[in-house]
Parts: sequence; structure tokens; C-alpha cells
Amino acid sequence: MKPFRTLDAIACPLPLSNVDTDQLIPARFMKRSRADGYGGFLLHDLRFDEAGAPKPDCSLNRPERQGAQILVARRNFGSGSSREAAVYALVDYGIACVIAPSFGDIFASNAVNNGLLPAIVSEDDGEALLSVLEGGALRARVDLETLTIDAGGLSVPFSVDPVWRTRLLNGWDDIDMTRSHLDAIAAFMEADRMRRPWMQPAKPGAGVS
Amino acid sequence: MPEGGAESRRTLFDKVFDAHVVVQREDGQCLLFIDRHFLHEGSFHAFNKLKERKAQVARPDLTFGIEDHYVPTRTRNLEEIDPAIRGMIQQLRDNTGRHALRLFDLGDPGQGIVHVVGPEQGLTLPGLTMVCGDSHTATHGAFGALAFGIGASEVAHVLITQTLWQKKPKRMRIAVDGALAPGVSAKDVALSIIARIGADGAAGHAIEYVGSTIRGLSMEGRLTLCNLSIEAGGRCGMVAPDATTIDYIRGRPYAPKGDLFEKAAEDWLALATDADAVFDREVTLDASEIAPVVTWGTSPEDAAPITASVPDPDRIADPARAAQVREALDYMGIRPGQNLTDIRIDRVFIGSCTNSRIEDIRAAAAILAGRKAKVPGLVSPGSRQVKQQAEQEGLDRIFREAGLEWVDAGCSMCVGMNGDLVPPGERCASTTNRNFRGRQGPGSRTHLMSPAMVAAAAVTGHLTDMRLLMREAGQTEG
Repeated sequence: MKPFRTLDAIACPLPLSNVDTDQLIPARFMKRSRADGYGGFLLHDLRFDEAGAPKPDCSLNRPERQGAQILVARRNFGSGSSREAAVYALVDYGIACVIAPSFGDIFASNAVNNGLLPAIVSEDDGEALLSVLEGGALRARVDLETLTIDAGGLSVPFSVDPVWRTRLLNGWDDIDMTRSHLDAIAAFMEADRMRRPWMQPAKPGAGVS
Repeated sequence: MPEGGAESRRTLFDKVFDAHVVVQREDGQCLLFIDRHFLHEGSFHAFNKLKERKAQVARPDLTFGIEDHYVPTRTRNLEEIDPAIRGMIQQLRDNTGRHALRLFDLGDPGQGIVHVVGPEQGLTLPGLTMVCGDSHTATHGAFGALAFGIGASEVAHVLITQTLWQKKPKRMRIAVDGALAPGVSAKDVALSIIARIGADGAAGHAIEYVGSTIRGLSMEGRLTLCNLSIEAGGRCGMVAPDATTIDYIRGRPYAPKGDLFEKAAEDWLALATDADAVFDREVTLDASEIAPVVTWGTSPEDAAPITASVPDPDRIADPARAAQVREALDYMGIRPGQNLTDIRIDRVFIGSCTNSRIEDIRAAAAILAGRKAKVPGLVSPGSRQVKQQAEQEGLDRIFREAGLEWVDAGCSMCVGMNGDLVPPGERCASTTNRNFRGRQGPGSRTHLMSPAMVAAAAVTGHLTDMRLLMREAGQTEG
């Protein structure tokens, strides 16, 4: 995974609450192979009308927001299903950071696993960021080392779980990290067999009482 | 473990979490051992990651595949369905076959929705850590298991290592005390909680449900309640094991047997939260104040008693909330101030991991018995076992005679992946868990409610207080 330190990029305001994962990627696209890229499905029904034409009122379709890598939204972004495809759609579209007052827990965890920063700001700072962007500011600068966001002369702090911050800064992969603990896992399993002998699933049909 | 100190005052959540810590890092991250891992058709991204790494499944004996998200409900013959959907099912068969995993496929008498099958088969037990690439995995917390949904990267991590990195979330206790009015169900309790605390009200928290109302719920009711924890943003939702839990598990196919069961039951009862254990947040509800609830908007927090009216965004002070309400009403095609009972519906759906267990099917059938539905609808029992039991009780006839379709088990119209869709612009009264835009199909409009409330809406063609139909039924029988 690529380390995330600072990001200076076009930012797009998305002044909506509860942007759930069903909106981020509608279920009907989830049969596709990731190799084809999921970027075209991002917020599909918000971006495109029934005939597939871009909706002009959707901020992501504005000419000046093309190439956006930062998204600013309202509370409870990514609520809903555990579909990591919602993060794939954002990442494949080019988004590397979403700024919002709160995130769905599973979404945030999936985001970090794909190098996407879920940056938490206060409700007031979130509204202020939306205002400067909608007032014409084009870019934002997100600094994960200092935990600050700058846009249109505004500078606001953000938070992210410290463990996730370290992972993003270093681009660490969980599976490789865990593999260094294989002995501890084996020891746990051995001891647990004595502690919780009932944990192992029974063989169905064998000695039903 | 020292006695008498803070260490000895632990919550149910802490006890289960602590028992699974393999490694604890200084930054608070814990490597947790995972006892049960369920897979479904959507797990293909994770299997692809295994392939990339040429890795094997660490514990096939703790890993179970279930066909539910994409399965057809009107036929079991895969030759008759959309090849792309068939491909999703075949892909799961190939992946579970390659790693020699137990698969509950369409031909299996145990097949059904993963969160119905786990408890039914005795795979769900108190004190276990359970994960699945599905956000409604919190359902299994009804047994006092620590169960939560994970994404594809984490699914791959569990497949390869049988562990997961987690940090302890905060703890929230939700107490519901008192008697529920007749006809008021676990679904109404859950939606009332979400309306109170918000769809992100429990974000970053593990919920424990306590109180006399919760104790009085059957396992089916507790499963519905814990299922909806994620709709309040909760990481998981749990109920401490008691006699109801233990009676339910005894004799299930994969549950421990004989002396081992007795030993297990002893361990399970000891999981209850210690007196004086401290929670980060406490919420209390009075059961007697809970009426049948419906949602009117596009988030589960947009919920209100059926006796209420649609909110007016012009009278909401918070501009962000007012904007959210205005957009929701626009999408849903309803007017501010309109009585909820005046909202007409186009179809109904009874099913999903939230409300498709035998008790749910019975509650809907009790309202529909001897009546006709004014709108079309689908009834999809949560598993083949639920279907069989309902048919033995003659409930399938009630639905058919009312004019509804009685179909096979799967996630079906809750998420529409199998093609069971609500057409654009249509309004569906649904026993499911999410009223998100387009959830039941592009342009679909969903109103969430209990099975009895969906049945009542089917009978009248509009959102309806099921208690009126209950009383009517009582009179005709009395």
C-alpha cells in the first residue's frame, strides 16, 4: 500500500448526510470484476439519470471538479453495508480522502485497508469547508502528519484513529504484520482447546442428545 | 485476574473480547482470534486476494459458506436464471470447493440467509467471535456472541490467519424496561432506538441490550433487535445469554452435546456483565411508550410511530437536518404533515435477515388470515427450515390465499441482488433493514416496519396501524 502523508488536490463538495454504501455503489454493479475498475459506478444513481446521462446538478459532474481526489460530505458517510466495493468505487474514481463529521465504522475500516483516509472534522468545520468549496475554492490540502486541512484560506483540524494514522503514513499491510505473530496464534489455539473445548463445531448428526 | 478492582468489573462485551486476544500492542490494537467465519457469494474479492498470495484457508473447520445474497427465490434451477447471477453462485461453489469448505448450497436442507442459518444450525454460540462480510452479522450478538461485519480485505485476513486486528470500541448500554403493548415487536423497539439516537448514534460503540423487555423477547426477537444494531451505527449488539438462549441452542446440529453442552452452558451464563461495570454511554427506553413504528425517509433514523405525521422540514431548526428531510421527502414522494396512515403502497415484502424467522412469518400470517392483500407481494422465509415449518403449520396457504407469492429462502428483495426488485417509483412496505435510496432497486421507495405492520399494509393498501386489524380479528373470533 502507498503511504499517505499529504494530499494537495481538487476537492469536491457533496453536501449530503447519510451517503450510504448502497448509494456509493448500487448492488447491481457488484457482480463486476475489480479488474475492470469500479470508478464508473461511484455514486452512479446520483451522478447519472435513467438514460445514463450525467446529471448537471451533481457536484461531481461540474467541469471544475473533474479529477477530484478529495470529497467533503456531511455526517454518517459510508453507513450501511460492509461492501468494500464502496471503497473500491471511490479509490478507482481517484478519491484518496473523504472528509466528514462521522463515518460508518465498517466503511472507515475498509477505507484504511485501501489507503483511503477517512478524515473526521467537527460539524461546524465541515459546514465551513463545504461553504468555501461551494463559494469557489477549488483545491484543498490534507496533511496527515499535522492533522490539518487547508482550503480557500480556511484551516481546520481533523482527527483519525491514531492506529490508522500510523498505518496510512507507513502504508503498512495488515496480513504481513499478522504473519509475524503466527507462533502466538498457534499458542492461543492450543491453550484455547483446553479453555473452551465447546468452541469447536460439533459434527452434525453425531450423538444428538 | 485481581479481585475487587476495576479489572473484575467487566461487561459482557469485555469478557468475550478479552478471551480472544492473541496479541495486544502498546497502541491498543489487539489481534483477536475468530471462532466462526461465514462466507457468501460476495466474498469473491477476498478469495481473489488469497489467490494473489497463493495462500490457504487457515481453519476450514471454522469457515462456512452459505448461498444467500444472489440466490433465486422462484426457482432452484440455476439454468433458468440470469447467467451473471448464476456466475456469482458458481464462483462461491468453486472457491469453497477449492479450499474444501462446508457450503450450504441451494440443494442443502440447511440453506437460507446466513444470519438465520447460523443460529438454526447451532453454529452461533454465546461467547464466540463471529465475522462475515456482511454488516448484519451483528445479528448473532443475540446469543452473547461478539459478531460484526467486515470488508473484503478483512475477510481475506481472517481466511489466511483466523484472526483480525481490532481496537476495543466504547461500550453503550441500552435498557428497555416494561411490557410491550400487544402487537408491538422487537422491530418496533429497534426502530424506536434508532429514531432516538440516530443512524450514527452508536458509531464506535459495542451495544449491550438489557432490561425486562429484552429478557422477555424470544431468540427470534433478540435476533431482530441485534440485527438492527448496525442501523444505529453500532459495531455490534449483544444480549447476555440466559435460559432462553440455552434452551434454543440445545440439540442444534453443530452445538456441543452431552456433558460438553452442560460445561458450555455454565461458561455462557458467566458471561453476563458484572454488577457495577461501567459503560461509556447509557440509553433508556420505556417499553410501554413504544407503538408500531414505520420509516418515512431514506435512513432508518427517519422513523416514527404509525400514529404520527410526516415531519415538515420548514419547522426543523438545524439546516443540515432540514435539508436531509427535504431531500428524503422529495425522493419518497410524500408531503410534509401528511398522516403516515395516508401513505399508499404498491407492494409488500416479508423476508430478510431482520424479519424472516418463524415467529415473523406467524405474526404476518395472523393478520392476513382470512383476508386479501390489495397489493402484490413476496414472502420469502429466511431458510428452508423456516419454510418447511411454516408449511407444516399451514401458513403458506394463508399468504397464497391472500394473493401473495410464497417463495424460497434468500436475501431476495431486501437488496435485490438476485433480481427480486421493487420497480422504479414504486413504494414497498418491507420487513427489511434499510430504506436507503435504490436499495430495493433503482428508484424504489422503501418503508421499514414489522411483519405484522407489513401484513396490515397489504390488507388495506396503505400504511396502517396493525392494532386496528388485531382488534377486528379479536372481535370476529370472540
